[in-house]
Amino acid sequence: MNWTTIKRVAVSGAKNFTRGGSVSAATVLIMTVTLAIIGALIFLSALLTFTLNSIKDKVDVSVYFVTSATESQILAVQQKLEQLPQVESVTYTSADQALAAFKARHANDQLTLQALDELGGNPLDASLEIRAQDPSQYEGIVNFLQASPALSASGTSIIDRINYAQNKSVIDRLSSAITATREIGLAVVLVFALASILIAFATIRLAIYTARDEIAVMRLVGASNAYIQGPFIVTGIITGLISSIIVLVLLWPASWYAGSQTAGWLGGFNLASYYGSHFLFILFVLVGSGCLLGAAASVLAIRRYLKV
Amino acid sequence: MIYFDKVTKKYSDVAALEGVTLSVAPKEFVSIVGHSGAGKTTLLKLLLAEEKPSEGNVFFESVDVNDLPSSALHHYRRKIGMVFQDFKLIPNKTAYENIAFAMEAAGRSDDEIESDVPYILDLVNLADKAHHFPSQLSGGEQQRIGIGRAIINQPEVIIADEPTGNLDPINTYEVVEILKKINELGTTVVITTHNKGVVDAIGRRVVTMDRGKIVRDDAEGRYVL
Repeated sequence: MNWTTIKRVAVSGAKNFTRGGSVSAATVLIMTVTLAIIGALIFLSALLTFTLNSIKDKVDVSVYFVTSATESQILAVQQKLEQLPQVESVTYTSADQALAAFKARHANDQLTLQALDELGGNPLDASLEIRAQDPSQYEGIVNFLQASPALSASGTSIIDRINYAQNKSVIDRLSSAITATREIGLAVVLVFALASILIAFATIRLAIYTARDEIAVMRLVGASNAYIQGPFIVTGIITGLISSIIVLVLLWPASWYAGSQTAGWLGGFNLASYYGSHFLFILFVLVGSGCLLGAAASVLAIRRYLKV
Repeated sequence: MIYFDKVTKKYSDVAALEGVTLSVAPKEFVSIVGHSGAGKTTLLKLLLAEEKPSEGNVFFESVDVNDLPSSALHHYRRKIGMVFQDFKLIPNKTAYENIAFAMEAAGRSDDEIESDVPYILDLVNLADKAHHFPSQLSGGEQQRIGIGRAIINQPEVIIADEPTGNLDPINTYEVVEILKKINELGTTVVITTHNKGVVDAIGRRVVTMDRGKIVRDDAEGRYVL
């Protein structure tokens, strides 16, 4: 295709769109709904990720050390743990810090504080709080600790206890709930995306069906298939582009309103802030899918009328 | 120029054409007449390679039309100007754009289009309606645009399928006069019609068809059914 042909195809496609009247308007409307669903799915997926991450952040495993363990021995264990790929972070809490935190937590509970004073000294152990990349990885981390125990100078293990066993069932349930939610979420996103794409395809097919006689005439006056197809693809791309711009514009007030209404019960996830910070990504996805959908639907729909 | 060699065309078991042999020489004006269902339109469809014959061959300038690959069909069709009974103009293009489309499709330059289209619009007496859409034109005007589109690329042959079928007598006369003029300028013209007045006005070779067969081929232009 030379430059003149490309120019003619582009001009013809643009004219088809502007002169298409109600057919163009209907196609833009359906495509707008399709892209709005895809936009909503982006928000839903972000919200799901945010929620799952918030839950994941609440889960950790603590390793408590015997009182005879020195700080350097504990820090050596911390260093080893941080080198594991499944570990996200390891936080060291000394016995003194644990005691201060305990006292602060029970500042209004005189009975507990009195009991602590009566014990004398610091009954609390130093600990490491381990956060895994994924809750399902805690078991591996604990196994690692048990398989290669940190030993004191006297040859005894400096690890007093690991609170994994009592948390195991909660962690396992949470882990499988997160996996299931992620899979169901993905399935819902795919089903909705597929359904909306099929609707957009059907609408563009219908629009091209109304032009089938026109296509037959174009063939009979000697137009090549590419020359017939070109303007329809351009029209499809224009439809996708305009629809995506409409959705991008409508998403501003929609996400602002929904964000202000739902930020409280979405655990701090604000739709408007997410839209603002991810605008380029959403623009790319919506404009890309709009243009791609329009072009692909046109190519597929017109193929059957180009035979012979 | 055009040669149908023992052509049979069947749709399921029904024969639309049966053993038709017909030749058309360059610069001839041939009217194919016959009742509805006689096989006239099927004959033209085979010539345009819209359909393939069940038996026999169709030749255009010694090339067997059925041997053409689908990728070459559009080049072949540019040698033929087609005029339809129901005009078949592209509804969302103006009269000017409908004629220009045939030139664009043939890869002609913008300069050629800008000089040739106004000339053809003048020739079919529609220069003042260049920017009208088909829905804003009468049947006769639409058919004249259809003829303009058919001749714009100076094809070797014009095929007109019932070109006056949807027109009143005045427009019919105008269309016949235009087709005669095109033929006088050296273009082969093949039309199908069942209008005796049209055949008489043309006064050239008449091929009569009945139930898929050629029953009469009259060089003197008599319409006998």
